[in-house]
Amino acid sequence: MAKKVTAQTDNHVARLDATGVYYRDLNAQIKKLAADSAHRIELSNVCGQRYIGTDIESTVEIDITGTPGNDLGAFMNGPRIIVHGNAQDCCGNTMNEGEIIIHGHAGDIMGMAARGGKIFVRDDVGYRAGNHMKEYKEKKPVLVIGGTAQDFLGEYMAGGVLVLLGLDLEPGENHKANFIGTGMHGGVIYLRGTVEDYQLGKEVGTAELDDKDKAILKELVNQFSSYFGKDSAKILNHKFIKLYPRYLRPYGRLYAY
Amino acid sequence: MKTYLPPKFVVERDEERCIKCKVCTNQCTFDVQYYDADDDCVRSRSENCVGCHRCVTFCPTRAITVRKNPLQFRDNYNWSPEVIEDILKQAETGGVLLTGMGNDKDYPIYWDHLLLNASQVTNPSIDPLREPMELITYLGRKPDAVDIDPQLGRVRTPMAPQVRLDVPVMFSAMSYGAVSLHVQESLARAATEMGTLWNTGEGGLHPSLYKYGRNTIVQVASGRFGVEASYLHAGRVVEIKIGQGAKPGIGGHLPGEKVSAEVSMTRMIPKGTDALSPAPQHDIYSIEDLSQLIWALKEATNYTKPVSVKIAAVHNSAAIASGMVRAGADIIALDGVRGATGAAPKVIRDNVGIPIELALASVDSRLRQEGIRNRASIVIAGGIRNAGDVTKAIALGADAVYIGTAALVSLGCRVCQQCHTGKCAWGICTSDLALTKRINPDIGARRAANLLRGWSLEIKDILGGLGVNAIESLRGNRLHLRGVGLTDTELEILGVSMAGS
Repeated sequence: MAKKVTAQTDNHVARLDATGVYYRDLNAQIKKLAADSAHRIELSNVCGQRYIGTDIESTVEIDITGTPGNDLGAFMNGPRIIVHGNAQDCCGNTMNEGEIIIHGHAGDIMGMAARGGKIFVRDDVGYRAGNHMKEYKEKKPVLVIGGTAQDFLGEYMAGGVLVLLGLDLEPGENHKANFIGTGMHGGVIYLRGTVEDYQLGKEVGTAELDDKDKAILKELVNQFSSYFGKDSAKILNHKFIKLYPRYLRPYGRLYAY
Repeated sequence: MKTYLPPKFVVERDEERCIKCKVCTNQCTFDVQYYDADDDCVRSRSENCVGCHRCVTFCPTRAITVRKNPLQFRDNYNWSPEVIEDILKQAETGGVLLTGMGNDKDYPIYWDHLLLNASQVTNPSIDPLREPMELITYLGRKPDAVDIDPQLGRVRTPMAPQVRLDVPVMFSAMSYGAVSLHVQESLARAATEMGTLWNTGEGGLHPSLYKYGRNTIVQVASGRFGVEASYLHAGRVVEIKIGQGAKPGIGGHLPGEKVSAEVSMTRMIPKGTDALSPAPQHDIYSIEDLSQLIWALKEATNYTKPVSVKIAAVHNSAAIASGMVRAGADIIALDGVRGATGAAPKVIRDNVGIPIELALASVDSRLRQEGIRNRASIVIAGGIRNAGDVTKAIALGADAVYIGTAALVSLGCRVCQQCHTGKCAWGICTSDLALTKRINPDIGARRAANLLRGWSLEIKDILGGLGVNAIESLRGNRLHLRGVGLTDTELEILGVSMAGS
């Protein structure tokens, strides 16, 4: 029998011990607290509970200690989530607005189909991060990854900004990901360090950063550094390359009639 | 490059009837009809005609007729005109052949090999004109057992969200971008009037249609276009689209030309960009992953809406369906090999998938064998043409059906299969604002609602003849069906007996 959850609330800050709490009960409690005007919800001992941050229409801050389960912040529309630990797969799935800050690693397809919001990961991410991210008007999703990523980074990317810093790579060591940006038809990837041509999807071009790119990158790296206690100037004082879609319509000439 | 393709049709104009009013030149979108000012007469470029009958219908003097081009190839069972023409097209372009609507090949249509029963002597038939006849259907997960409080006469068992349909026919997923907003509005209003549901398809929900949310299925597909919290909350049912009958296993490309300002707003992507739907949903590689998305959507809608999962009918549909039910799907939507599309590669449309009748029978049987049929409703799609097909589908095990092509035909579509060109002369499958005006939602809603009303009356007639007064009594009752012209294997899969036995 799953444990019932009770919250200690103090001046708009609620604290919950998630030990052994079923995810539906935990999320119901989080939704209720957010609706009852909690500004900050602190969850301790989180262990695999899914969908934290989903279906909450507020900018509540959710501070997680432990390991949240898959689909953290799926369809999220406003909250700010801070994870002291690792996130699992599908973090920020189809996210619309809000922020996720992960003091650790994240699993596969982080930020899949995100349309807005920001995700900062201190360490590495799995496969297909930023898959099919897209942007619309003022909505522009941002992923900043401190470490490195696996294959298909930015696959099918249609918008937004993806930054891969590679801070945990040895000097001279390349990113390992292949098929970076395959099918990409929008948005931009800023990649610290170099990659071989064979690692890139055939729809991707490389370029030097111009002043506009540098301004965007600087702001994001500053934000990243402030979250994780890094030296922004040191990170930026390194070679970056810009990956961009060579064609806005990669499959425009596929068909007869 | 000079085209070697012969004209498909010959357009003939009765010069005695023609009054040179130029209606046909204005109505034709395929550049067939034109006015020749030098000779003061209206002429036709027959080679461009697609056989959509727009000019024929609107010619005020009935001067025009369209015939198949009588040009004959030398008879050859293997090298049919279609095969030859396809090769010619590819030789000219080097591309993938695109097409619209559903599979038009002569695979068996099992509905035409199934016949319904009727009461004679031993049990009375019912006259639906004078006796109540119930078509109400509830979609959603039903409990394994019902616990009733005898004192209060109330059900104690917690019930999953249920959706009531007054007629078990819903409008299939057709996205804004594939069809016009006027088409969606017509279907939304018809669904609302008739107490059924329409489906947004994967292109989001236009703000002007949010008011029909109670009668709307909102779809979540691999592109996640327009999917956000308010969209999910707006619908009555959330449907995860894994596949569609016209193109099982492949994604979709809505070309940038069709992403107008309004389509852009609804899909939430920049104007003029291609809307690419990846072939898989990259968060679903297994039944466990499907379960994760199903429950993510339930969480996102606070457990207030049934979640449907739509798949194309393929070889192992029954096993997949079992997994889908166990994963938490409240509704299983199956789209058969005749399921239509706004655009699909012809080679996929014409060669991939299985007939919906066989898929339905095998899925229903499998879920019954496993004792989990109650946990999900089954909705089928793919070539449902009339009330007879609907009734047979329900007898075979469906809870409800989706109609797409039939709904569009009610608005004027002639199934000319040019959806992928974006030039639809009937203003249905296009985003050209001059053409979309050809569908007036007041008239469109009336026509689509009329179709459902007609079918409802017919289904009631059939039920009355069978001697049952509720569609519930027919659901999955295959004893009311008999097969004709079928092999033993086909009869076995369909779970029906041979006529006469």
